[in-house]
Amino acid sequence: MLKLARRFFGRFRVNLIVGPLAKLIEVVFDILTPLVIARMIDRGVLEHDLSAVIRYGCVLGAFALIGIAFALVCQKMASRASQGIGTDIRSALYAHINKLSYAELDRFGTPSLITRLTNDVNQVQLAVALAIRQLIRWPFLAIGSMIAAIAIDVQLGLVFLVSMPLVAAVFWWVMTRLVPLFGELQGRLDTVGLITREGLSGVRVIRAFSREEHERRRFRDAADAQAAVAIAAGKLSAALNPVTFFVMNLAVCCILWMGAGKVQVGGLTQGEVMAFVNYMTQTLLSIVYVANLVVVFTKASASAVRVNEVLDCEPTITDEGAAPVDVAGVLGDGRDAVPAIRFEGAAFAYHGAAAPAVAGASFELAPGATLGVIGGTGSGKSTLVSLIPRLYDVNAGEIDIFGRNVRTWPLEQLRHVVGLVPQQTALVSGTVRSNLTWRAPDATDEELWRALECAQAAEVVRSLPRGLDAPVEAGGKNFSGGQRQRLTIARALVGDPLILILDDSASALDFKTDAALRHAIRERSRSAQAAGAVPLTTVIVSQRVSSVRDADLICVMRRGEVVGLGAHDELLETCQVYREICLSQLKPEELGLAAPATDSAQDTQEVR
Amino acid sequence: MANPYVSTGSVATVAASISGGDDLLDGGPGGPGAPGGKTLSALEVARRLMAYLKPHRIALIVSFVFSAVTIILQLTVPVLTGRAIDCIVGAGQVDFSALLETVILLAVVVALAAGTQWVQGYCVNRLSYRTVRDLRVEASEKLGRMPLSFIDAHPHGDLMSRVVNDVDQVGDGLLQGLTNLFTGVVTIVGTLVFMLTLSVPMAFVVVLVTPLSILAASAIARFSNASFAAQQRIQGQLGGHIEEYVGAQKLVDAFAYGSRAQERFERMNGELYTAGERAQFLSSLSNPGTRFINNIIYAVVGVIGCACVITGWPAPLTVGGVQTFLSYANQYTKPFNEVTSVITQIQTAWASARRVFALIDAAEEEPDAPDAIELSDPAGDVLVDHVDFSYEPGHPILRDVCVHARPGMRFALVGPTGCGKTTLINLLLRFYDVDSGSIALDGHDIRHLTRKSLRAAFGMVLQDSWLFEGTVAENIAYGRPDATRADIERAAERAHADGFIRALPQGFDTVIGEDGGTFSQGQRQLICIARVMLTDPAILLLDEATSSIDTRTEAQVQSAFDELMAGRTSFVVAHRLSTIVSADCILYMRAGEILERGTHEELLAAGGAYAELYNSQFAE
Repeated sequence: MLKLARRFFGRFRVNLIVGPLAKLIEVVFDILTPLVIARMIDRGVLEHDLSAVIRYGCVLGAFALIGIAFALVCQKMASRASQGIGTDIRSALYAHINKLSYAELDRFGTPSLITRLTNDVNQVQLAVALAIRQLIRWPFLAIGSMIAAIAIDVQLGLVFLVSMPLVAAVFWWVMTRLVPLFGELQGRLDTVGLITREGLSGVRVIRAFSREEHERRRFRDAADAQAAVAIAAGKLSAALNPVTFFVMNLAVCCILWMGAGKVQVGGLTQGEVMAFVNYMTQTLLSIVYVANLVVVFTKASASAVRVNEVLDCEPTITDEGAAPVDVAGVLGDGRDAVPAIRFEGAAFAYHGAAAPAVAGASFELAPGATLGVIGGTGSGKSTLVSLIPRLYDVNAGEIDIFGRNVRTWPLEQLRHVVGLVPQQTALVSGTVRSNLTWRAPDATDEELWRALECAQAAEVVRSLPRGLDAPVEAGGKNFSGGQRQRLTIARALVGDPLILILDDSASALDFKTDAALRHAIRERSRSAQAAGAVPLTTVIVSQRVSSVRDADLICVMRRGEVVGLGAHDELLETCQVYREICLSQLKPEELGLAAPATDSAQDTQEVR
Repeated sequence: MANPYVSTGSVATVAASISGGDDLLDGGPGGPGAPGGKTLSALEVARRLMAYLKPHRIALIVSFVFSAVTIILQLTVPVLTGRAIDCIVGAGQVDFSALLETVILLAVVVALAAGTQWVQGYCVNRLSYRTVRDLRVEASEKLGRMPLSFIDAHPHGDLMSRVVNDVDQVGDGLLQGLTNLFTGVVTIVGTLVFMLTLSVPMAFVVVLVTPLSILAASAIARFSNASFAAQQRIQGQLGGHIEEYVGAQKLVDAFAYGSRAQERFERMNGELYTAGERAQFLSSLSNPGTRFINNIIYAVVGVIGCACVITGWPAPLTVGGVQTFLSYANQYTKPFNEVTSVITQIQTAWASARRVFALIDAAEEEPDAPDAIELSDPAGDVLVDHVDFSYEPGHPILRDVCVHARPGMRFALVGPTGCGKTTLINLLLRFYDVDSGSIALDGHDIRHLTRKSLRAAFGMVLQDSWLFEGTVAENIAYGRPDATRADIERAAERAHADGFIRALPQGFDTVIGEDGGTFSQGQRQLICIARVMLTDPAILLLDEATSSIDTRTEAQVQSAFDELMAGRTSFVVAHRLSTIVSADCILYMRAGEILERGTHEELLAAGGAYAELYNSQFAE
């Protein structure tokens, strides 16, 4: 919490100082009230002076007015500061999340990030508001009352000095026992939830084995255990109020008795004894409030820790000091001299994974060429291509894009140069246009339509009543799988990427559309070349041989290793794995193989 | 923790949750398709909850009596304090003997009040947690008796939250309701009575001015409600943005879209600040507002009280009496605020209670027929005779399915997803009952067998292997709890699972975490196979995994399946070619019908739908 305070409280210094100050003044008037009542009794009643009574009554009224004026100032400061700090934290946290790289995102997990950004920030915000409004009030009131009491009479004030620590000790004793009990209670409740969930997910197994009775017993035991802890906690917390009440009133008894002795000898007045009694009540009630606030702050500090965890997490992938790359300049005239993509012994393992997801991949791809990546599920295809826009950093080896190591590219430029079509089609709520212009906010309609045509999605959008401005629901739910996929491809093409990565993103397209798409992309690349621009380099990840067989270079992957590299015909001769994949998907005649592929079904089990 | 000193949140949030509470009541029991159907009225809910309180009625009566006693004792405290102050008039005017008497009485009253309050608190706690336990056990056991159709049709998260969260809500409502509502009402009435006995005109002063504070609070609540709604709307938008964009954060990264997403976020965040600051400020007015009114009341009571003491008009009063009235004025408004917040909580509790009762009232699975036969030592002859079945009327899943499996025969069920393969398993185990036609085991219609003996005849390994939190050994012994360690280990060996189990740090005593913990899909399936191996059933129902698991484990699973199937009637929802080819009979299903049946060679030779599937999927 302190750490978070250092980070974000500075801007609200004025609010954070003026708020409590105003509260302080309000409390001072609250503290003075019993003294005024005392005067009312001593000067008014005892001396039968009705006008004095009314005068002091007016003073009380004035106090109330001043009190509320300052209270309003405090509340305003509190709401400004707490909402402002919450807003700042949210904004900083979101900006930081945007900076995190895939490795950190994997570590936190998106659901956890979402909770931190919403719930946890709200908890902190609430704590700030309460701190200004309440945390200040009650200690002020307690200490102020005590000071006022001691100012009236030091000896009688001793009663305060004894009873206050007593109540505090009771609270401390109960709380230290209660907090672990609450923790345990949550654990027991989680067990109840777990058994319920297991009972639902495993309902078929439980019934198939006729173990219903066993499960009933298990649940009953868990519910009993939970109730037992709850009752134990209840027993403790039920003691809090009676004990405070008891101590408080016992102290009042002491004050009355000791005060009487002083009054008898003229050391104190009746009104002052009354004031003392009122101070006592005020002080002890304040302690109760403070104790209850402690609970809120414990929660908030847990939230603060969770927020800090994210803020402290340094993104592993940064582009500090990277200078923009002049791609056309790098390529110069000798176009083919500099490869568009070059992998040199690139290896990557996910955090905590035993085996590398990509183990030492090396290849080169000329600008305008097409790379096909093929292999079974989990063979590392997607990981391989996610290294190109530097979504993960390699553990070993290096990757150059247009002759420059990816680590020396400004990230924003690198990711603009590379257009990625991810496996999971993710459209966000908005319009078709707002989804298509992710890479280029100022793209013209003409540009959008060109991308749509190429992605075979123009028909889809044309058929929508509002065309480019047709609404898209969250997750693109109002489009079919194939339509979503085509729109995602179009999105990657807007803003003229130099490298296009299709990560298994034509899986929902039929063979004909898939072929038309590849043809259109090739055309786009050629026309760019003809116009003297940098041609489009394409990377196609697929499980289908038909999608990659025409590629200039095919990379065959198996368990993270590149087991084959070359053109289709070449690989068919040299690479056993590629051959097996082809045989499982294409007829021998299609492959132009003379020898009939016998028993192929058994061999292909693995790649299926 | 019911603490009467705790301020129960601002009135505005209370009001906001009241209006939210109404939605809960209307759409309460999970919306359409929820168990039950008719909604219970508030009174019915109360009546049914009372039934749960009945076993604890002594504790209930004790807590009511003690709570009343506590309040009466607590209310005498200001009176006694006032009387004590009257004994201390001034120098040389202190009546020590009367004072001593009063102070001792005060101490006794305080001690008694503390004691009764603790007993009351303890009783209510115990009572409500016991009731929660009873309600929860009943709800859970009810789930155990529900037909599979019910459990399949309702989101598990929803059912779970009824058993866990809703029951807790009911408990909190009972606890708060029984303590605060009752004490609140008694305190209000008690204070009134005490004040009236002390001084009728002064009591009127207090009673007349206190509603001011309530009026002020409700006026502020009305004010802030509108801005709360605005805040909630923007918060919802921001939440939506966060869900969508942080949910797709990787994509945002890959497209370097972060700065633009941030712009959008900042805009909404800024709006949230404006709305949130306004709502918070307005709602935070209620505390100082009521405090202000209270201070005014305090002043008025003080002045009029003192005037009474001096002039004796409109009623005679002592200085101690003024002190008494001042403390009453201070605490008189508090129960009103408490009662409003408790009512909200009770509304929430009632809504939860409705959801729990809807579950408890849902129709249960039909019990076994009284004359049901206990089948022992089944041979494994299964006859499926002209079976029709649908999950919802009008959408038939199985149509006129006939299969006769003689003991030891191996069937492979093949076909596209949704063709009814898994449904057949549901019907064989009587998780669902057939619509028409019949299924017979060893010549007995399965509806005439006890479910227990029917299900004991089957062994089932499903695709999503179900493991519970417990040791590996406990998981394997699930179907035969009396199995010895040697039996368990032998079953694991036969299932080829012992290799990896023994390699675990605690071997068979390794605790499997929630949802199968760190075990791979294949390893989990091996444990499930060992589980079935141990029960030695006559008939097997297997569901092969579709997703490719790592090859080594896959080979082990395969041989474990083979070992398991030896000599047993088996039905396999097959995805692997080897399983299909080696079956005695392939049932090729499509759209709920058995389209073709026969061995692999026969069907290939026939050149029908199966041959086509085989060619497209496995050979081409």
